[in-house]
Amino acid sequence: MSLKRRSFLKGAAGGGAALATAAVVSAPAQARPNKVMPPQAVGLLYDSTLCVGCKACVAGCKEANDLPVDVSTPDALWDTPLDIGPKTFNVIKVYAEGTADTKDQEKNGFAFIKKSCMHCVDPSCVSVCPVTAMTKHPQTGIVEYNADACIGCRYCVASCPFGVPQSEFDTPTPKIMKCEMCKHRQAEGKIPMCAEVCPTGATIFGPIPALTEEINRRKAMKAGEANVFERRVIGSGDTHERPAAKYLDHVYGEKEVAGTQFRHMSAVSFTKLGYPELREQSYSSQSEGIQHSLYQGMIAPVVVLGGLVWAAKRASHIEDEHPEE
Amino acid sequence: MYDDSDLKTETDIETRFGVSRRDFMKFCAAMAATMGLPKGADAQIAAAITKKERPSVIWLHHQECTGCTESLLRSEHPTLDKLILDIISLDYHETVFAAAGHQAEAARKAAMAKNKGKYLLVVEGAIPMKDGGIYCKIGGQTSFELTKECAADAAAVVAIGSCASWGGMPSTPPNPTGSTGVAEALGRKDIVTIPGCPPNPYNFLATVVHFLTFGKLPALDDKGRPTFAYGRLIHDNCERRAHFDAGRFALEFGDPGHKKGYCLYKLGCKGPETYANCPSILFNDVGTGSWPVGTGHPCIGCTEKHIGFEKPIHALADLKTNPPTGYPRIVEEQGTGATLASAAAVAAVAGLAVGAGMKIAGNLGKSETKDGE
Repeated sequence: MSLKRRSFLKGAAGGGAALATAAVVSAPAQARPNKVMPPQAVGLLYDSTLCVGCKACVAGCKEANDLPVDVSTPDALWDTPLDIGPKTFNVIKVYAEGTADTKDQEKNGFAFIKKSCMHCVDPSCVSVCPVTAMTKHPQTGIVEYNADACIGCRYCVASCPFGVPQSEFDTPTPKIMKCEMCKHRQAEGKIPMCAEVCPTGATIFGPIPALTEEINRRKAMKAGEANVFERRVIGSGDTHERPAAKYLDHVYGEKEVAGTQFRHMSAVSFTKLGYPELREQSYSSQSEGIQHSLYQGMIAPVVVLGGLVWAAKRASHIEDEHPEE
Repeated sequence: MYDDSDLKTETDIETRFGVSRRDFMKFCAAMAATMGLPKGADAQIAAAITKKERPSVIWLHHQECTGCTESLLRSEHPTLDKLILDIISLDYHETVFAAAGHQAEAARKAAMAKNKGKYLLVVEGAIPMKDGGIYCKIGGQTSFELTKECAADAAAVVAIGSCASWGGMPSTPPNPTGSTGVAEALGRKDIVTIPGCPPNPYNFLATVVHFLTFGKLPALDDKGRPTFAYGRLIHDNCERRAHFDAGRFALEFGDPGHKKGYCLYKLGCKGPETYANCPSILFNDVGTGSWPVGTGHPCIGCTEKHIGFEKPIHALADLKTNPPTGYPRIVEEQGTGATLASAAAVAAVAGLAVGAGMKIAGNLGKSETKDGE
């Protein structure tokens, strides 16, 4: 069949009209509300002002999750991950400005920050996964990954606003690698390794209500006054005393993208520490709202397809009526 | 006082010091190594030490335990005490002098008058300043008056031990006697401090020997400490550092981690915020492990003001990682960019595509024209 330019454009216009009609007919896209915190949610609190940068959590994480070394230097002597990735679920990074001689200070100072999975309340990676390989545990809220269900589409990699899930690129059968809050250790009644090994309690584990209480307690502390800080897990009784820092009011993860189960406290603004400013509405609530409205009852797709068929039929009919043209 | 009238030649070391020349040269080399001096400095040191005129040293004691002197005297290095007593002319030292009372004070005054502007003043112990300094008196004089008098005509003032450096143990809050260090009491900034409780005798000896050899004091940091000894963090040279990096900590004294020699950070080790050469130079010349952390006790930070005797022993140290190195930055450039070969390959493919595109474009419409004919 030889299709003339004129008849092609006619058909295309018809299809476009059908599409426009369908868009008007279907209900306006509405976002669903943010998901809420699971009832027995557990989480981690990272306090940048308590962190001394010992990287015990980085080493402990590797041990607990049986991860290989991640080299970034030419001599490849040490495990020196530059960021989280398929070989590293947890990393301590540094913000340093100017002479960098005072801790927890933005100008001429430095601060540490931990990067690992935020365990969002309404996670994008779970929302985008077409095969539910990424799931959020209904009770604990841990964002988990099932390699047996995964088809390797890497939508989760693209969807995460924190760049957490990462795919292995050095194997023909790649898996998604990310922190699962040491769920295997939690199943044995233990706590995540990063909280277990932290010598200052900069990373502490606990149920979300207890963590929230601890956050409020720390926010109420007067800067410079000696305070007691717990280690490992809320209620461990394993404490140490030190002067409190001047905390920011902003606790990262309380409101960002509907909240996360991994929260950060700091004296240096989070944009400087590499944590993006994010809105309170979760991305998955919006994208799911649009998608679920468009495909509701399959009405819109049927209308669009009908319009296209009609337009195509009409175009070929004209062609048949005037074979000499 | 040492009588050197019977010394025949400068090189008559065996007679004068009672050691073999070989041992003497070893001592000089060790001093040079402690200070990180270049090759050849040991010869300079030997020449300086064997000089006939030995500098006069006046050693004052205030609020202290005499631990610094004891540490120096008990040093196991062969004949070290003998050497230091023979190299210098120790004219006044309350622990070791034979004289007493007015006789001793007269010896000090005589030495000061004879060696005006040339003698070395060593101060051990803190100086109480509260209530007119009445809390420590020697020969009727307060510590402050005595120190001020002796420091006025001294060639150099060395504060040995933490007490003399900034007040040390006697200045622990609430500091009832208003104890302070020599530099603060005298309001001087040119005073060498050798903090430590006790300080390593080699750090003191090396500083004195540097002064004898070169006629000036070694390089000092902002707290008056010689940088050869106090330039590095204990944490950076600690034999338990690998355990710290791997997150292996002793949780309490005698637990399995403690028995295995794990890092003592969680027990309150102040190594990460204390500058001293203890892990490298060790104590008492008895071999490896002869320093607090080596024996299983956390460092108490005795060479650091506001840490030693002030911060609780169990309190965690802040890591002096400033400026921080060895951490990934917030934004790290990853990957190596395009290599020449890969760029060439991409260019070749692109060129091929452009060529093919042009060929196809040239043929476009030719068949339609044919159909229309």
